[in-house]
Amino acid sequence: MPNSYDIAVIGGGLLGSAIAWGLGRIGQRVCVLDEGDIAKRASRANFALVWVQSKGLGMPAYTGWTMQASDTWPKLAAELLDQTGLDVCFQRNGGFHLALGEEELEQRSALLKRLHNQPGAVDYKMEILGREQVARMLPHIGPEVSGGSFCPYDGHVNSLRTFRALHTGMAKFGVDYRPEHPVSDIKYVQGEFRLASPNGEIRAGKIVLAAGNANQTLAPMVGLEAPMGPTRGQIVVTERTMPFLPHPLTTVRQTDEGTVMIGDSKEDMLDDTVLNLPISSVMADRAQRMFPLLGRLNVVRSWSGIRVMPKDGFPIYDQSETCPGAFVTCCHSGVTLASNHAFEIAPMVAAGALDKKKLGAFSATRFQKSDVRTSGYY
Amino acid sequence: MFKRFDDDTRKVVEIFVDGRPVMAREGDTVSAALFASGLDVRRKTAVSGAPRLPYCMMGVCFDCLVTIDGMGNRQGCLVPVHPGMQIEIQKGKREIGR
Amino acid sequence: MTINRPMRDEYDLAVIGAGPAGLAAASLAAQSGLLTLLLDENQGPGGQVWRAVTSTPVKETRLLGDDYWAGSKLVEEVRASGAEILQGATVWSLDRHLEIGISAGGGSQFIRAERVILATGALERPFPIPGWTLPGVMTAGAAQTALKSSGLIPDGKTVVAGQGPLFWLLTAQILRMGGRIDLVLDTTERRNYLRALPHAAAFLTSPYFRKGLAMMREVRSKVRVVSGVTRIAASGNGRLEEVAYEAGGRSVSVPADLLLLHQGVVPNVNLAMSAGVKHRWDDIQLCWSPVLDANGGTSVEGIAIAGDGAGIGGALAAVERGRIAARAAVEALRPQAGAKVPSMETFRAALAKAERGRIFLDVLFRPSKQFRIPGGDTIVCRCEEVTAQDILDSVAIGATGPNQLKAYRRTGMGPCQGRLCGLTVTELMAEARGKPPEEIGYYRLRAPVKPITLSELASLPKNESATKAVVRG
Repeated sequence: MPNSYDIAVIGGGLLGSAIAWGLGRIGQRVCVLDEGDIAKRASRANFALVWVQSKGLGMPAYTGWTMQASDTWPKLAAELLDQTGLDVCFQRNGGFHLALGEEELEQRSALLKRLHNQPGAVDYKMEILGREQVARMLPHIGPEVSGGSFCPYDGHVNSLRTFRALHTGMAKFGVDYRPEHPVSDIKYVQGEFRLASPNGEIRAGKIVLAAGNANQTLAPMVGLEAPMGPTRGQIVVTERTMPFLPHPLTTVRQTDEGTVMIGDSKEDMLDDTVLNLPISSVMADRAQRMFPLLGRLNVVRSWSGIRVMPKDGFPIYDQSETCPGAFVTCCHSGVTLASNHAFEIAPMVAAGALDKKKLGAFSATRFQKSDVRTSGYY
Repeated sequence: MFKRFDDDTRKVVEIFVDGRPVMAREGDTVSAALFASGLDVRRKTAVSGAPRLPYCMMGVCFDCLVTIDGMGNRQGCLVPVHPGMQIEIQKGKREIGR
Repeated sequence: MTINRPMRDEYDLAVIGAGPAGLAAASLAAQSGLLTLLLDENQGPGGQVWRAVTSTPVKETRLLGDDYWAGSKLVEEVRASGAEILQGATVWSLDRHLEIGISAGGGSQFIRAERVILATGALERPFPIPGWTLPGVMTAGAAQTALKSSGLIPDGKTVVAGQGPLFWLLTAQILRMGGRIDLVLDTTERRNYLRALPHAAAFLTSPYFRKGLAMMREVRSKVRVVSGVTRIAASGNGRLEEVAYEAGGRSVSVPADLLLLHQGVVPNVNLAMSAGVKHRWDDIQLCWSPVLDANGGTSVEGIAIAGDGAGIGGALAAVERGRIAARAAVEALRPQAGAKVPSMETFRAALAKAERGRIFLDVLFRPSKQFRIPGGDTIVCRCEEVTAQDILDSVAIGATGPNQLKAYRRTGMGPCQGRLCGLTVTELMAEARGKPPEEIGYYRLRAPVKPITLSELASLPKNESATKAVVRG
């Protein structure tokens, strides 16, 4: 393999892969530098929602960005199917957040109100539904379900197959995926980036940092910043069962393969090698109260993963002033935003500049202000 | 494939396989009783629907999955039979609530 | 359903697995005054070697042999020892704080122990040949379990294929009981006899030598044995119908209803690995083995491993390893009680004797590459139905090890959690990438290591911080 490229993408998760695939798609000579078999990988631990509702409180631009991604996901799914033969099973028929008891439903209504009252945010038709309305769409709900919020644009996808399709597609576009190349140092020399890794130096005219929480240490090497506030989440998965859940929820979804995924937790812990079983128990308990029939299913796996989470919860897309050609990208919702990364970010990177009108709000310069509020992720 | 050896003196236990009475023996696991029944007890996998029978008989391969007394996906090789047990051969994924 | 639960929340020692090592360990520890809990997944004690030793319908000692019946003595011993014995109990979680998740009688709970001895034994090495998922193909150990616990014997056209001590034992047992075997396919590599020769002296004086030879002679006198088999494939429409093999360059097909496969046993690592116990690749036994000190102690404080889970050594060695681990626990928790039981040196001497000749068996019965590393359409991951070619394709687009492979192909993500594909995946990827298995690594394993129902998980203790981590408004 060569050691010099037009563009090097650092990070081979869903974010880096979507951008690299998008770059390959428009004929760029690209490599993706990734870690080895064991690494903290949000892309392989995620919940696979393509999710709109409740996104953007505190940053109206994020609602529009999310809606755009949701709208262009069908195109991404179709192109991947066409190119690789892999159906990533994108489904967008609306999703729920269910409430157990009246208090939770009131909290959800209050959140919705705050979202609605935000000036400048795209209306994504999130609404509160009462128990009877929910029961018509989700026939198996338990007696404690008081209602929930629904958004017709919510959906989900098979995220592992998306990952595989992107990697298969990258290979077809001639993108060099280079695992076991964790980048330890970046130097900008005479208009060229030199990336140090234990398996040799790679050179590129441009670089995209898509290394998740590691962007925090890589970004300053090229005059950028990416303040992160990662958290740990856990997921429980059951064996395959016949389809029973027609819509995904924020905390429960049935995959196209039949397994039921149950989330989601958030802890200020960064060790993804251990499980907090009381948390698994709470998640299992809530899922079972939402759908009592779930109780009889066997749990076959569970895991914890570290979220990629910019400090305020919103994506960071930025480009370096001091090292032109260096870009930083990090976000939590790498599945939801994959279509934007492939169709929007990639062409901008290829052209050498991010579109300020579209992406200005996501610049990391926002962290230089003192009143950064954290509310991007629920 | 299998038959019982001649000197088995254990008590007979009647179980039902897809509704048909089968004479098992006290101490049999469900999988052993199914093998001894001589019936076609092949399950179908949840992934492709391929036919399978128990492979390891010691609780590790999960090819013995079977519905026992209305509960799906149980490891037949670990569960002992009891009189009147209702066994259903699973065809594909289990149903929710079963 | 009988409710079957531990009587306490805390124990001095929890022993997991009631095979040779676990029985010996629990018995010695309880005799020495440790509050001991012995947990076992099966309905009765004995593990796999002494499966159903208290309940087998096969009463005539000659049929299963003296080595089998030796197990009943140890069962009596542990029953008299004062250890609490819980059968039908599945351990699905163990962490570095020695908290143990147990599923029994349809419910789950946690207990804690000062010390844990894992005696989870071995499982049969994957034997991924074409058609090995067909109904009618199973492991020799599976047939032996059916034989011991229910007196089942093959009665259709039966082929037994593979190698190793257990292979010959099972074949002899089936034949003694009047079961049908049409053909034995011996896959031992001819050059292994030469390789094993330097270790023969020790083996000649080992307890296995005489018995092993007698058993092979017994089998050969009753049934046709084809040696030097280099290829085996099972085929049939919806069930096994034919076994094809190659020996001495000749290809032969025979009709068959039952094919029993066996090429040795390997440590059952899932629980130990999920607890964070460090393992290494064993280049002789071709499997992952825990890194242990002289007493079976692991990299996790308080957890020891005894028996075949510590590296394959056979039943006699397992008993001694169990005693050594238990004595170490006694010395740590009740130093004065240790005086009542035989010294560590006694056990170590017994272990050395039991292990004599092991290396000869390891080298002689080292399974050959073509039976460990399949290609083409042969299924590797039985649960997710992933073929060798699927895995090679993933390596080609960037999968470096088993954990990345999961993302590409879901290998190891089914209910067996890699037990039937893990070794194959490691070796196949190592071969494809030209790297040693140690560098390729293994699946990262987590609880539950055996499935439990969602309602069992939901019934476990919760706390305020856990609730806050999930219910966030």
